[in-house]
Amino acid sequence: MTDTAPLKNPQFQAEAAARPPRSQWWDVWDQFKTHKGAIVGLTVFMLILVLILIGPFLWRVDPGFVELRMRNKGFSGAHPLGTDQLGRDMLARVMAGGKVSISVGLTAMSLSILLGTTIGVLAGYFRRLEGPLMRLTDLFLALPLLPLLLLMVTLFREPLSKSFGPESGIFLLIVCAIGATSWMQTARIVRGEVLALKEREFVLAARSIGTPSRRMITRHVLPNVLSPIMVSATLGIASAIITESALSFLGLGFPPDFPTWGRLLFDAIDQMQLYPWRVILPGVAISLTVLSVNYIGDGLRDALDPRIRGR
Amino acid sequence: MLDRIKDDTAVAARNVLVEVDHLKMYFPITAGIFRAKVGDVKAVDDVTFDIYEGETLGLVGESGCGKSTCGRAILRLYEPTAGAVRINGRDVASASQDQLRKMRPAMQMVFQDPQASLNPRMTLAAIIGEPLDEHTRLAKADKLARIYELMDQVGLNRNFANRYPHEFSGGQRQRIGIARALALNPKFIVCDEPIAALDVSIQAQVVNLLEELQDRLGLTYLFISHDLSMVRHIADRVAVMYLGRIVELAPREALFAEPLHPYTQALLSAVPEPDPNQEINRRRIILTGDVPSPANPPKGCNFCTRCPAVMPICRQDEPTYQEVAPGRFVACHHYANTTMTAGLTAAAEASGQNASGTKTPTVPKGQGIQQGD
Repeated sequence: MTDTAPLKNPQFQAEAAARPPRSQWWDVWDQFKTHKGAIVGLTVFMLILVLILIGPFLWRVDPGFVELRMRNKGFSGAHPLGTDQLGRDMLARVMAGGKVSISVGLTAMSLSILLGTTIGVLAGYFRRLEGPLMRLTDLFLALPLLPLLLLMVTLFREPLSKSFGPESGIFLLIVCAIGATSWMQTARIVRGEVLALKEREFVLAARSIGTPSRRMITRHVLPNVLSPIMVSATLGIASAIITESALSFLGLGFPPDFPTWGRLLFDAIDQMQLYPWRVILPGVAISLTVLSVNYIGDGLRDALDPRIRGR
Repeated sequence: MLDRIKDDTAVAARNVLVEVDHLKMYFPITAGIFRAKVGDVKAVDDVTFDIYEGETLGLVGESGCGKSTCGRAILRLYEPTAGAVRINGRDVASASQDQLRKMRPAMQMVFQDPQASLNPRMTLAAIIGEPLDEHTRLAKADKLARIYELMDQVGLNRNFANRYPHEFSGGQRQRIGIARALALNPKFIVCDEPIAALDVSIQAQVVNLLEELQDRLGLTYLFISHDLSMVRHIADRVAVMYLGRIVELAPREALFAEPLHPYTQALLSAVPEPDPNQEINRRRIILTGDVPSPANPPKGCNFCTRCPAVMPICRQDEPTYQEVAPGRFVACHHYANTTMTAGLTAAAEASGQNASGTKTPTVPKGQGIQQGD
């Protein structure tokens, strides 16, 4: 009864109606909007997404259609961005390649951030897990990456292609390969932050309340390690796109005729001096994506920090 | 004197809420490649005391003597090495995690640094509401009503509910910390130097708030502080710690009027007097040397290296912690197996000689500290 009494108090109601505790995400969005770089980044990233998702429906040219008579052509009405060394339409290839590259980048980054954050938080928070998990991290850091990827591809390419189809099988393989070999930096950064955070008094205060470990992590630890995670996530997208192109170049990734931004880049490098735009186009696309994602991450990091918010 | 004894018996008749029984908190020291244990930091070494329901027990001592560790070990924020802590008759020190979680609402803590003890990413409403989330199943509106009620209790404007800790001043942050501690209607609150990080004018506000809440809600405090005048103001009984042990525990008036242990005498002689005439007569007992390392405490009495009234036996045997007068506990060889008065004179003579150094006659006990009660 005493608990509900204040609700009937008209003054209380008025105040509560005036300022109910609103969701934190509105504050985050308000702050995000004030970050110019982030808004520009978001716009550019949205434009790229629209281009690669809706573009193929407007420009209905098969990116794999080989027309040897039309090799190495410049910009024209029939081929707005020219053609490559096999006469394939560059615009269609850039759009198709972007779809693959961005989805590989986003998925591989999410996987590596998920792995890295989980391992980092567990290693930092639970003293008993620290030894084994950090040794595992060291082990992965010490592994030679290329032979490992080679091994993974040769071992799993066939079974994955069989069960998921050639394209999505390879996609899955590449995403897992990149994710599984790039989480270590995140894990080490997160572990360091968690170790420092664990000794802060508000964690002790939460312990004195009786908050169990899992909610301690989600409520107190994770929100406070968000900044370094965000930074490594935005950097992770870039390196995932680059790694994918390196893999394709080595013949370990997608099949040679399958367009990705990295593949376009490497195909064009041979004749770079004759046809520089074929390098510049995918290069600019990769750079723009990475840059815009970095700015989005920057704005998000600032917006998520209440100490910066409102300034 | 008679009055005091009556007071003491009245205190003894009250219910014991918290029993600390031979509590030990050692932190291991490791060395070498294999992290072999080479010793212990004896932060809290065999501490025994009771806290009665509704009282404030002041815990004083210099930096590094184990006050805060003691407070945290009582709430089992550290895993105690040995000993028992019974709150309301239930042992906290040996309870399982599940049992402990159910006991948590009865015991809460207010922290020293109000900035560090609040999560910078949570709003005030979320911080105060966290204990409610953990231990109650209130509907959203009821929870909000309770949060507003708590904010009213500690004097925070309701419009602040959506703000973040960095937007508040130190005193306000400490009020948030107090509101969070109060959320579950605790019986016992450990105040770990709650005013040490605050400005003097704000200290008074926070202490008055704590006292007011105690009157209204019948709280029991363990008030850890190194500010003797503040302890004198708020505490009913005072325990003095030195190097992980309690050297003296007595009702406030008795302790400030006639400190028994030489360390307490030295500590109290450091309290400045507001009255300039009294201040001139104040005799400071200046201890020589440093506090020994808690990793390697001296043989015998912990205080024997610095005690102005040290005797040969002090370097040999550990003094027992015993009740020398009703409600007055002291751990000192000067009071072992003697009546209180004999011990008193001995200690007084010794401290008098050492403090003045020369021919000044023994200072009457408590002069210069006595007034103002």
